[in-house]
Amino acid sequence: MTPARTRLTWSLAAAAAFVALLVVADGLFDAFTLRVFNLCAIYVVLALSLNLVNGFTGLFSLGHAGFMAVGAYTCALLTMTPEQKEMNFFLEPMAPWLAGLSLPFVPALLAAGLVAALLGFLVGAPVLRLKDDYLAIATLGFAEIIRVVLTNTQSITNGALGLKGLPAFAGTWVVWSCAALAAAFMVLLTRSSYGRALKAVRDDEIAAAAMGIDVFRTKVVSFTVSSFMAGVGGALLGHVLTTIDPKMFTFMLTFNILLVVVLGGIGSITGSVVSALAVTILMEVLRFLDGPLDFLVFQTEGRPGLRMVVFSILLMAVVLFRQRGLMGNRELSWGMLAKVGLLPRAAAGEEGPRC
Amino acid sequence: MLRTEHVTMRFGGLVAVSDLAIEIQKGEIVGLIGPNGAGKTTAFNVITGMNRPTEGKVLLDGKDVTGLPRHAITRRGVARTFQNIRLFKELTVLENVLVGCHLSMDAGLFAATLHLPGYRRKDRAARAFAMDLLRLVGLDGEAGELATSLPYGQQRRLEIVRALATRPRLLLLDEPAAGMNPQESVELTHLIRRLRDQFDLTILLIEHHMQVVMGICQRMYVLEYGVTIAHGNPAAIQSDPKVIEAYLGVE
Repeated sequence: MTPARTRLTWSLAAAAAFVALLVVADGLFDAFTLRVFNLCAIYVVLALSLNLVNGFTGLFSLGHAGFMAVGAYTCALLTMTPEQKEMNFFLEPMAPWLAGLSLPFVPALLAAGLVAALLGFLVGAPVLRLKDDYLAIATLGFAEIIRVVLTNTQSITNGALGLKGLPAFAGTWVVWSCAALAAAFMVLLTRSSYGRALKAVRDDEIAAAAMGIDVFRTKVVSFTVSSFMAGVGGALLGHVLTTIDPKMFTFMLTFNILLVVVLGGIGSITGSVVSALAVTILMEVLRFLDGPLDFLVFQTEGRPGLRMVVFSILLMAVVLFRQRGLMGNRELSWGMLAKVGLLPRAAAGEEGPRC
Repeated sequence: MLRTEHVTMRFGGLVAVSDLAIEIQKGEIVGLIGPNGAGKTTAFNVITGMNRPTEGKVLLDGKDVTGLPRHAITRRGVARTFQNIRLFKELTVLENVLVGCHLSMDAGLFAATLHLPGYRRKDRAARAFAMDLLRLVGLDGEAGELATSLPYGQQRRLEIVRALATRPRLLLLDEPAAGMNPQESVELTHLIRRLRDQFDLTILLIEHHMQVVMGICQRMYVLEYGVTIAHGNPAAIQSDPKVIEAYLGVE
């Protein structure tokens, strides 16, 4: 068999194993475990979208929570039935043009992505003229503006009360399909000529422009696509948790995703995926740290937030000892697995040039 | 092919380039020399759209291209290299050249991502072209290496072929021989001539190595403090008292 053929076989086998895992998870996991498992998928989407701008295009954006909020609200308002809306909006009646609107889940999900993308485009056009820290501050400010707007547009978003009783459309298959699509999209994009253009802009803007790449346009496109993915991720999050409110979408949420991206490796798709799984699971597994702890000799009362201390320490350790994150900017491939001896060398075939 | 008319570039009170008038015919190799800080690189930046001149015009094939964005200038067939090498450091040697091919591939986000048949064909052609270019400068064996892992001289050559990947008509080389030993400089001279003939190029180059400049340039312009103090063929320049004064100082 040719090396390409062998790699394809391995990939198909991995895909089959993945589907089998989903079947098992969907059937056997209890409700709590399944929710964590599905949250993993959402974090995969979100981490990949943040990695697209931060890792592959080199734009330090901190506005992700804003785009997620927009996506979550758009999707929720489109899918909720008029009765559910009426139950939510008891303080002030809902804007009539929105009250009767109801779409099936998939079009609503796409709409959520598109609205977030449109916003990304509108914000990106002026803000992407900034660089580095200035861009970070501007996007951070934008996310806060979104949150304040959501809190104060009572008749559209139900303000600080949030929306409750969203239909739980985002099941295992939906969220993991989105995660798989997002990952496939990122792999194909970064391997394409357009992906090389993104990386060129990241590595050296001046040289990229001298190669005929429209730097500004490339940045806007990357930012818009990333906003689309963030919007979809936010929408999925809403439909897994079945309740959303503006307080969910603070800077902490962006921070969590950034944590995933940095731990996984800025500019690595595999890194983002692995790290999204690890961080999401650890967030739940370490939840006991927030409660009372028993060290046999002494006991502590509950210390809410201790869990986050662990992540902060983890982040510091990574920054100190493994600056490029878990994967750096490398990707996992069958050839690489063979190299470290996890697969028979002949089975994986010879690795082609890395591009 | 290229003409600048009264180009003046001021940064605050500093006049980096003053009343620059360069004219280059198709197929020529022209040098731009002068002491450090004479405004040579600024002249390059103005021609390639990185700086918009304070006054004056840049004409390409008779068309005014002054103030066009950088990438638009490249699209019109002007490519350049940089004095302080600017390779894409996290990309491989081959990928660096492929970035140069991106322009002529004209690949949209979705066509490229979905690897549509049209894109695949262009991608294959681009890879073949990029490998040909690398072979030309003896870098085909290093195609899969990270660009920054190459020795200095090879990085310079890679930058030149990367510029060629944009399929330019006019190539601007900013100190291509900087940091090269005499042997490498001679090879570079041959390479530049060969590239000019093979790709039908017109070349404008900045260089301090007099051996290189005098060896390959048909004409040259000498700048000092932004002012063009001399212009002519190598022999005339070498005996020009003003040039000798600028370079050596006269009692």
